[in-house]
Amino acid sequence: MVSTRQVGIVGLLGISVVLCVRVAAAQIVVDPRGPVRSITQALEMVKAGGRITVRAGTYREPTLIVRTAGVTLEGEGWPVLDGESQRAVLIVTADDVTIRGLEVARTGVSNIEDRAGIRVRDAAHCRIEHNRLRDNLFGIYLQRALGCVIADNDVTAHGDGQSTSGNGIHLWYSPQTTVERNHIAGQRDGIYFEFSAGGITRHNTSERNQRYGLHFMFSDSCRYEFNTFRANNSGVAVMYSRGITIHHNRFEQSLGGAAYGLLLKEILGGEISENAFSENSTGMYLEGSSHLAVRDNDFVSNGWAAKVLASAVDNTFTGNRFEGNAFDVSTNSRSSNSTFDRNWWDAYKGYDLDRDGVGDTPFYPVRLFALIVEQHQPTLVLLRSPMVAVLDAAERVFPVLTPEALVDKHPLMRSPR
Amino acid sequence: MTTTRLVVVAGIRDMAGNRWLAAYFAAFVVVAQSLFWFGGTGPQVVLSLLNVVLMVVPLVSLVFGAMHVYASREFVELLLAQPVRRRDLFTGLYLGLALPLTAAFVLGAGIPVLMNRGFGANGIAVLALLVAGAGLTFSCVAIATWIALRTDDRLKGIGMALAAWLATSLLYDGAVLAFASAFGDWPIEKPMLAMMVTNPVDLARVLVLAQVDASALMGYTGALFERTFGSALGSLVALGALALWCVGPWFLAARRFDARDF
Amino acid sequence: MIALRGIDKRYGTQIALHDVSLEVRPGAVTALVGPNGSGKTTLIKTILGLTRPDAGTVALAGVPIDREGEYRRHLGYMPQAGHFPEHLAVGEVIQLVDALRRGIAVDDDLLHAYDLGAIWEKKVSALSGGTRQKLSAAIAFRYAPQVLILDEPTAGLDPLACGILKDKIRRVRQAGCTVVITSHIMSELEELADDIAFLCDAQLQFSGPVVALLERTKQPRLEGAVAALLRARSGSRPDAPPRYDVENIPTLERP
Repeated sequence: MVSTRQVGIVGLLGISVVLCVRVAAAQIVVDPRGPVRSITQALEMVKAGGRITVRAGTYREPTLIVRTAGVTLEGEGWPVLDGESQRAVLIVTADDVTIRGLEVARTGVSNIEDRAGIRVRDAAHCRIEHNRLRDNLFGIYLQRALGCVIADNDVTAHGDGQSTSGNGIHLWYSPQTTVERNHIAGQRDGIYFEFSAGGITRHNTSERNQRYGLHFMFSDSCRYEFNTFRANNSGVAVMYSRGITIHHNRFEQSLGGAAYGLLLKEILGGEISENAFSENSTGMYLEGSSHLAVRDNDFVSNGWAAKVLASAVDNTFTGNRFEGNAFDVSTNSRSSNSTFDRNWWDAYKGYDLDRDGVGDTPFYPVRLFALIVEQHQPTLVLLRSPMVAVLDAAERVFPVLTPEALVDKHPLMRSPR
Repeated sequence: MTTTRLVVVAGIRDMAGNRWLAAYFAAFVVVAQSLFWFGGTGPQVVLSLLNVVLMVVPLVSLVFGAMHVYASREFVELLLAQPVRRRDLFTGLYLGLALPLTAAFVLGAGIPVLMNRGFGANGIAVLALLVAGAGLTFSCVAIATWIALRTDDRLKGIGMALAAWLATSLLYDGAVLAFASAFGDWPIEKPMLAMMVTNPVDLARVLVLAQVDASALMGYTGALFERTFGSALGSLVALGALALWCVGPWFLAARRFDARDF
Repeated sequence: MIALRGIDKRYGTQIALHDVSLEVRPGAVTALVGPNGSGKTTLIKTILGLTRPDAGTVALAGVPIDREGEYRRHLGYMPQAGHFPEHLAVGEVIQLVDALRRGIAVDDDLLHAYDLGAIWEKKVSALSGGTRQKLSAAIAFRYAPQVLILDEPTAGLDPLACGILKDKIRRVRQAGCTVVITSHIMSELEELADDIAFLCDAQLQFSGPVVALLERTKQPRLEGAVAALLRARSGSRPDAPPRYDVENIPTLERP
């Protein structure tokens, strides 16, 4: 036993020493005024596990392809890799590659290929970190990549329309990817997941994108936490996935008829908790989704805090705070298949005689007017009309008018937060 | 003009002693102040006050206005027996009623807002609320005066003033709602917006809502609404329409005052 | 002084005045009498321009009245009941009318006689009906008008105030003022009136000096004479039921 362990330790040491020597030996410096002046050249020279340091300067080279496993391509003083609006800039096709400290710019637009600033194709365990991506069609594009980390990148574009702009961080068949601390602005979708299960997306800020701040489809068991999605044209849309966890995110300022703080469509099972939805036309939109636990979220100052369509079943809303919304909950039918319990509603006017912190009368968050507006949008011009106030009062007197199915039987008396 | 000025001043002095008017003023102070006490922030207070303004200002302006015109009928006879022109006298009587009512509202709602520094970022919204309330007062007082001048039976006249209140505050919007439900499949956004211009209470509401960020939240219709009434031009159009709602009834009432027998 | 020619006035289907022509003598007191609803107040308001006739003309000292109302500078008017804004003080009411009639020397007689100076600061709402009537009288006489129109001036006044008013009427008459007065109290009119105009069923039935009426009806007193006129009026239509208790003409009726 002892001798086996000793052998093991010695062996590990030996490998480490060899590795260190190899790495030291394989360092290549690219400098506009040095012996190696192009990254293309460096990539040809580099050995597996080698390191290429790119010094400051602007590099206009044909599309760079990293084919060697374990390579670290690192910028020093923000070298610019310029696609001159002509081509994709950097493609990684080997495992364990790290791209760091580069400014990748100007892929230009193409109608026949999805040009990307940095593309990882059929590779595992890449790290794309601390890069700047400027005015690329796609920023970072992962295609059949496994277990990559995309962190601390700043991805911005000034695209002038959806057709000419691609996504900021785009994942396609790339499971177990970690996307963290990135900032994305001005792309089509900020972060895009398709067929990419088991990922973690956290602490990102995705704003002012032309379509969605975050858009994912067919990506099961992903976690989204501590992100901020702000002022994206259509908000955030998540679709056709199972077992998702969305917590501690901020969904803000999604304005417009088809804009949603968070749109959930055909999501099966998951938890949406402790998020803040504020100043959206619609805070949360729930369609055809089921078995979601929506708890402890703040819905503040939205047009509609939550639209829960009849096709959404068996979802539970608890401990949420509804404050200052024009409409708290709206639905497209008189029946509802989701449960509301122990939420706090600023519109609740009940009492608590037994002082257990729960109102003694139920709260019906769907007002008749909300239902009318849902069916006839233009009636919205009557918002805050005295007639609507009378309608509300009439509902108190004649509860039969209220769409009853949707009820919070235990409305909280005090705001939970 | 001297006649007008003298009668306005007398009207204001008379109203200054009016307990109902004092109660009207006090009610606004209490409501606005308690909205702040209960932790309201700027936009919420504006929106809550808006609800009160849209219900109470037309009601009081119409009913109190009509009652006041009836109560001053004999005094008007005495004034008409003096060497004065009817139009001058009418203008004086109208302003002598509308100005104190407006002042009671503007001060009653405005002072608590000022004291609680509620103007701040919502200055425009508060201003819009005060302007809308003032416009509504002028308009409804004119309508009330017109009603009272053409209906000799006091009870009938006050009934009509109440009916006018119901019509402008509730029934009109009810009809708009019915219209929207009936023609829901048609592109009726623009007709709906046009319908808002033809009712002073809706105009007042629209003027304020367009200045509160909330309307931008309300999806496509909200955006259309915001674009239509929130722009400088839209606000001006709404203001102009509200002004027409003051001038129109005023003109009808003035013509009635010129023509009628006392 | 006041010439009415062919005055017609209808309110809807109801005829208030029909073809009324009346000449009011300058410097005389003309009593306008007739049963309730006979059109007395309408006639007075026509002279004041408060009511506009459907047909006919009104002229004051030969000048037809116009819509401008400047002619009313020469008119004093005491309405049936004095109503003033409740929250104005007595002084404010008087000052308002003073200002509206600017440039006219004022006659303070009644102001002093009724001691209105003592209640100068008092609100109208605190005044009794009689005091309001005194204020109304004081305003009517205040601007030394050439023509005074008094609609039931003594109604609601106590005997002392009544005496003061009648005394004042006599004095302005002596000063050359033309007075038109209505009252249901015939004895009072007998004291004051030179001429009489009798309205019934919207028409002028008689106008002329009081003595002429007494002579024509062969009655010693005005009350009897007016009763005789009324009796003759209903007698001319034997089928018509008697509309008034002619033996007992209502003496005081307030709205």
